[in-house]
Amino acid sequence: MIDDDEVDVLLNDLYETHGYDFNDYSRASLKRRINRLFILDKYPSFAEFRYKVKFDTSYLKRFVEEITVNVTEMFRDPAFYKTLRTEILPLLATYPLIRIWHAGCSTGEEVYSMAILLKEANLLHKSLLYATDNNPEVLQKGMEGIFPLAQMKQYSENYILSGGIKDFSGYYSAKYNRAKFDEELRKRVIFSTHNLVSDRSFNEFQLILCRNVLIYFEKDLQDKVFILFDQSLEKLGFLALGSKETLRFSAIAHKYKQHPKEKIWRKTA
Amino acid sequence: MEKDRIANRCHLLVVGGSAGSLDVIIQLLSGLRDDLPFPVVIVLHRRNDPDSMLSELFSAKTYHPVKEADEKEALLPGHIYIAPADYHLLIEKNKTLSLDFSEKVNYSRPSIDVTFETAAEAYGTGTVCLLLSGASSDGTDGLKAVKANGGTVIVQDPADAEVAYMPKQAIAGVTVDYIVNADQMAQLINSFSTS
Repeated sequence: MIDDDEVDVLLNDLYETHGYDFNDYSRASLKRRINRLFILDKYPSFAEFRYKVKFDTSYLKRFVEEITVNVTEMFRDPAFYKTLRTEILPLLATYPLIRIWHAGCSTGEEVYSMAILLKEANLLHKSLLYATDNNPEVLQKGMEGIFPLAQMKQYSENYILSGGIKDFSGYYSAKYNRAKFDEELRKRVIFSTHNLVSDRSFNEFQLILCRNVLIYFEKDLQDKVFILFDQSLEKLGFLALGSKETLRFSAIAHKYKQHPKEKIWRKTA
Repeated sequence: MEKDRIANRCHLLVVGGSAGSLDVIIQLLSGLRDDLPFPVVIVLHRRNDPDSMLSELFSAKTYHPVKEADEKEALLPGHIYIAPADYHLLIEKNKTLSLDFSEKVNYSRPSIDVTFETAAEAYGTGTVCLLLSGASSDGTDGLKAVKANGGTVIVQDPADAEVAYMPKQAIAGVTVDYIVNADQMAQLINSFSTS
């Protein structure tokens, strides 16, 4: 097992050698994932593990991908998507160009979900979706739009619960055990690396989605990211968070008004 | 059923339950003393239902404040926190809660092991973990971590459990401090103190 001091050593190496800053990530989760990888890759000692992370750039990729949580789903929390569909998109429809940012999008399942909503609202052609993550490996998967076929049953159920009335299987073609999503869905998506810890605002949006990313950050880092979102959001724009995340205790809270049911805030000032 | 020496010390109680544990938890909560000097965290396997009524259900059975855990929330004595559906619940060293949407563990999210293990690391000898009825092997690894960190392990008597598998697994894998029936649990927990 890797102890707290060794976690500090690794995080320090990552920062000093590679520029990745994980120091303000919630520690219990991070430590669990580092230990999980240490066991999974069967290291005989911490010293060897540390050496690999520090000097083997191909292993560094694996390390970063494995210690960050990249688990995501299509139409996760269907009620949230239903609200987007029935209340938020009709408001965005009035803009000539709709700019949406999926921050920390991982492998892109939520981006494809959003593209489906926009397509069904006949808004996809005038939307731009920026899908960013600090990890190029997961973005590559998102660009390919290929997801495990076994998950389609769950996603299809979620889709229907979100108010979808089409045949969900019409959005992908199944081959072997994989589902490849329609190229058309990602025509308006720009996949790009962006690090919420260190990078700045790069555009203004009418809708920012960042769901189940901030739970991995310590409070101070959360506050920093909220300020970044605030700088990146137009007046009257929307910020959507995960079902257990909140803007309530942040420094920007007073400028925002929350939806009565969902974790969606509107910038009012 | 008690073993000889136990310094009944508790700074945090974590309860893990699966199939057949709901009534046991209700009975336990309704029997807890009013001046409970430590927080209680409950991890219960259940269907992924966002409109879970668990906290309302439990609130009706106890005077202690009951709530679904929020991320970064501080653990307060006498308060009862429930792991939200479809997240792992972790205990941080600074005595706050954090959430994690990573892979399922033992086919479960929330996983009992994840909360037990992080509780053991954060609270050490002050950790008390109670494992109840269930058909899963979740919990046993977590209890091992509790023992390794000097905490206290309580398991529901498999003969008393609606589904014996989970407590049986634990008893086979861990040196358990107490094996108790549902109707003895509150009394045992009430005897614990923070010193």
